[in-house]
Amino acid sequence: MTRKDVLVQKDLLGTNKEVASGIRKELRRRGILATNLLSSPGSGKTALLEALADRLKGRFRMAVVEGDIETERDAERIRARGVPAWQITTGGACHLEAKMVGKVLADVPAAIDFLFIENVGNLVCPAGYDLGESLRCVLLSSPEGDDKPAKYPQAFATADVLLLTKADLIPYLPFDPERAAREALAINPRLKVFRVSALRGEGMDGLAAFFAEALAAERAARA
Amino acid sequence: MHELSLVASLFEILEEKAGGLKAARITAVTLRVGRLSGVVPELLRSAFDAYKKGTLAEGARLEVEVAPFDFRCRACGGTSFREEPAACTACGSKDVELVGGMDLVVEKIEVEVEDS
Repeated sequence: MTRKDVLVQKDLLGTNKEVASGIRKELRRRGILATNLLSSPGSGKTALLEALADRLKGRFRMAVVEGDIETERDAERIRARGVPAWQITTGGACHLEAKMVGKVLADVPAAIDFLFIENVGNLVCPAGYDLGESLRCVLLSSPEGDDKPAKYPQAFATADVLLLTKADLIPYLPFDPERAAREALAINPRLKVFRVSALRGEGMDGLAAFFAEALAAERAARA
Repeated sequence: MHELSLVASLFEILEEKAGGLKAARITAVTLRVGRLSGVVPELLRSAFDAYKKGTLAEGARLEVEVAPFDFRCRACGGTSFREEPAACTACGSKDVELVGGMDLVVEKIEVEVEDS
């Protein structure tokens, strides 16, 4: 019997990354801008999508993939806005993986502009899983506190956009949006920061305009 | 974190590698885990110990190297970073990325192979 050391150097998430890069290619080919939404539960991902649906309606076509541990509730809320939605129930898993999104992709109509993927509410685990998105948005709601970026750095480090949600509650809370943005930018200076209230509409037109520009840029890069 | 599902991926890689080497046993596994990967080494170890029973790695020890992270500036290639205002120390660009902090890599294994 001979004992020997063997170099492996393989990524534990390698299979997920391969599937995700296949999805990214397919979405680019179709001219769809895919966005992965990350946050803790209850920070307003679904409400944000409802408010965005109202603002993109008529000009753009969107579809939504909802990830939750249980129930079809979020997909039903989105469908009530006239937007096609697919629910992935993970049955306990704390994050979406690329292969789960890949399964749904065949059903997503070819003629859409935006695909939003609402991840399972969790500020830790989803950050490690590429879903093939072009944009990653992390949401931080004012009731959660402005100290979260430094406490949960991975989600903020991997995102392109930071949405400070429930901005209408800021006057009533010890939440300093400047501090939240500063902490997040110290981890990731590339972040684009928006302050929004899906409920009252503050900042939502600006965010809709940002997505329209991002879509145009994505399609220009493809051409 | 979801250490058990990561360990399941680890064993897929181990089985493939051990099969290719015609290894009789895997005696050690070394993982590199980034500081920002969200993975807890102790939980990874518990999951590994639970999973390895009845596999080629049943007697294997798990070494976890926690890797630090670095910044790399996409504009000038600099690796030094200041927080206030957040930017590359050398050229002031904000187009920087984290390097190494998210790693989850099987570095190497130690195997026993039958002498032919």
